Amino acid sequence: MASGQTILLDSAGVNRALTRIAHEILEQNKGSKNLALVGIRSGGDTLSKELAKIISRIEQVDVPCGSIDIGLYRDDLSSRGTVKVGPTDIPFNLDGLSIVLVDDVLFTGRTIRAAMDALMDLGRPRAIQLAVLIDRGHRELPIRADFVGRNVPTAKEEKVDLIFDDNNCAAEVHLLKPRVK
Amino acid sequence: MKLLIQGGRVIDPANNLDAELDILIKDGKISKIGKNLKDDGVEIFNASGRLVTPGLIDIHVHLRDPGYEYKEDIVSGTRAAAAGGFTSVACMPNTKPVLDNKSVAQYIIEKAEKEGFARVFPVGSITKGLEGDSLSEMGDMKGAGCVAFSDDGKPVTSGELMRCALEYSKPFNTVIISHAEDIDLVGKGVMNEGFVATELGLKGIPWVAEDAATARDVMLCEFTGARLHIAHVSTRGSVEIVRAAKKRGVRVTAEAAPHHFILTDEAVRGYNTNAKMNPPLRSAEDVAAVRQGLADGTLDAIATDHAPHHIDEKNVEFNIAMNGVVGLETALALTLELVSDKVIDLNRAIELLTSGPASVLNLPVGTLTVGAPADVTIIDPGKKWTVSANDLISKSKNTAFDQRKMKGAAIATILGGRLI
Amino acid sequence: MAFAHKHILGINELSREDIITILDTAESFKEINTREIKKVPTLRGKTIINLFFESSTRTRTSFEIAGKRLSADTVNISASASSVTKGETLEDTARNIEAMHPDIIVMRHSASGAPHYLAQRLNCSVVNAGDGAHEHPSQALLDLFTIRQHKGRIEDLKVAIIGDITHSRVVRSNLYALNKMGAEVRLSGPGTMIPPGIEKMGATVYADMNEAIDGADVVMMLRIQMERQGKSLIPSLREYARFYGLNTVNLKLARPDALVMHPGPINRGVELSSYVADGPQNVILSQVENGVAVRMALLYLISGVEHSEA
Repeated sequence: MASGQTILLDSAGVNRALTRIAHEILEQNKGSKNLALVGIRSGGDTLSKELAKIISRIEQVDVPCGSIDIGLYRDDLSSRGTVKVGPTDIPFNLDGLSIVLVDDVLFTGRTIRAAMDALMDLGRPRAIQLAVLIDRGHRELPIRADFVGRNVPTAKEEKVDLIFDDNNCAAEVHLLKPRVK
Repeated sequence: MKLLIQGGRVIDPANNLDAELDILIKDGKISKIGKNLKDDGVEIFNASGRLVTPGLIDIHVHLRDPGYEYKEDIVSGTRAAAAGGFTSVACMPNTKPVLDNKSVAQYIIEKAEKEGFARVFPVGSITKGLEGDSLSEMGDMKGAGCVAFSDDGKPVTSGELMRCALEYSKPFNTVIISHAEDIDLVGKGVMNEGFVATELGLKGIPWVAEDAATARDVMLCEFTGARLHIAHVSTRGSVEIVRAAKKRGVRVTAEAAPHHFILTDEAVRGYNTNAKMNPPLRSAEDVAAVRQGLADGTLDAIATDHAPHHIDEKNVEFNIAMNGVVGLETALALTLELVSDKVIDLNRAIELLTSGPASVLNLPVGTLTVGAPADVTIIDPGKKWTVSANDLISKSKNTAFDQRKMKGAAIATILGGRLI
Repeated sequence: MAFAHKHILGINELSREDIITILDTAESFKEINTREIKKVPTLRGKTIINLFFESSTRTRTSFEIAGKRLSADTVNISASASSVTKGETLEDTARNIEAMHPDIIVMRHSASGAPHYLAQRLNCSVVNAGDGAHEHPSQALLDLFTIRQHKGRIEDLKVAIIGDITHSRVVRSNLYALNKMGAEVRLSGPGTMIPPGIEKMGATVYADMNEAIDGADVVMMLRIQMERQGKSLIPSLREYARFYGLNTVNLKLARPDALVMHPGPINRGVELSSYVADGPQNVILSQVENGVAVRMALLYLISGVEHSEA
């Protein structure tokens, strides 16, 4: 294990957070009617599937669930170069739905900006909400999450990592401090 | 004015001479050759460790003067010749106006005598305007100093006209030089036909384009009994045709250019327009055959086909780039590569650059015989240098050998007893 | 992802890994072309100039759409109609265009090597959209993409290419591409249209077209032209169709699930009978469709490289 690493959430903590978020989503949207989840690749798409499972356990209905790749909507092609572009897979019509965007970590907000632009290119949702497992602060855009698993104050140089288990389920969230030289 | 060249290894193939000797030059002529020569009031050139040879001769050069002075002129071309160790060059008639009459020949000879740095022997055109229609005034031009006739660059396509040229030249005791290519078979080809052309997607020129034309002209030479010289032999087939003809006693001679015995068509990769010439760079098999031809006497001379072109004519797409490369300043070292490759010995190398070409065109130079004009080249056979296109003396920089590591160079060129 | 090519000059310069990266990226772009809003903002603010010295509708349109769907500004210049006729050199034409600061020049030229020539002399990226009889990399990539889409793989497939091999840049790019991806390539065509040494590029040449397509997984037919460089290389289109045309009879020699491909435009009744051109095995329009996604992938990948360097 790398030095300077602390566990922010263990697997039970992740589960508790997701269950609470699921309940909050249902409460705020008054049930699951016209509701759909879209996970931001990669990380958010796994979480969105887990959230969909929890929601279907609670409500006994399947909520439409898709994933979106924001590689083509990034604003840092010039500084970071090309990244691998993954598929966007949204097998339902977005028009008129309340979309809950799901991501693992909310940081500067630029990813969410890109994801919203991407969603708008794909249709006209009635509303977009945002669910994140961790909000670590340091926003650069006027964006806030509607549903937050846990707020974690961090330093800008630190890293927050979502670790998956062998079944590709969210298991732990780690905070990595940069090594002191 | 007297000059004593001391202690060099004198190689004079015409006289079968290869020994450490001194040479005394007086009044522009070779005065004495022997050991421990002495004379009063003489300038001494210490040549120990050097080769002392007759001034080199290149019987295939384009001086571009008159008409294309932006590429080269008689002054810059002969200066490049001297830098490469050459004291005599034969220049081709594809000038503007074409060297197809006495007055152009006179212009070249006079300008070379007045301003040049080497002897210039003009080659007149076979047909008027190089147009392949009617014979030029060969007799008149011979009288003015032309040493041979050629439509270089534009083969005489009509067999009948080539026959006439050979027949007509006979009584004037002169040589017809053939640029042997079947133009139909060349078509729009821009490099040797073969794997490299296939891979680069460039239209090829098949070897048979050269072989077929060489065969025709050699047969016409045999038929007419005239004197024929085949320029820039580049294919195995051409070498074999000339070899067989010579065995039959046909009065044919032939030359090869350094790029044809050093490079293959692989040099074109990257669409290198400085590897584009006519005839094109051929296969490794052809290079081996040309080398064999130089070794066994099938080929009589090394001639550069020095063809200067302006950068604007080479810095273009490959298929529209002009054909030709400069050669005067690299020929000697490339010939010496044949010696280090053990293709030929040093004496044969010097012969191919001196008495060989002289006898092809019957030139009054190319030997160190006492009484001959004192044209001498002093060579440092071990001198290492690297070709730099930008540093060439020639006005044009289109060398196929840029950045090539070379061994051997002319360190002094003496023309008519005068150090150039 | 390490795609390190600033220019796309030919398949010869690409590795197998590069090719897989391009195909995988194109896979992601394919979805965009089926959306209602077929546009992503990725190359917003970039300028792509389609510099075509040779007429082309299909390739130019495909590159233009690819650029536009990535939000780049694309400008078409057909150079034969502009400065070239006034005697301007290629380098000067290109320099003038570069002075307007394009990010990418997509170029087609009748001279083999012309894009390589420009790439050496310009600062912007150069994409070869076909040079003489040399390479046509985007075509070979879309062919690979189409084969992979329909066959699930490229490795170990038998691909027969029939027609004018000598003058085809599509063949050369496909020879590099198919060999790098592990396919077996067979060639056939009239004796006047088989260039020397082509086997060394990784192909078996068959005198009889039927032998070439026997058991093939893919049959790629090339467009035939009677006149090439002012010379007639075949006696008639009728005879060509008889010996080197694909029809329902000889297509049966190939595997029953063999794909029929053609880079277009088709000469119906010459290299392809209409029954085959419109038949169930043809994937010709799928090639065209995939062309846009593949070209989007190329433009995207080289854009990142250019700016990573800055």
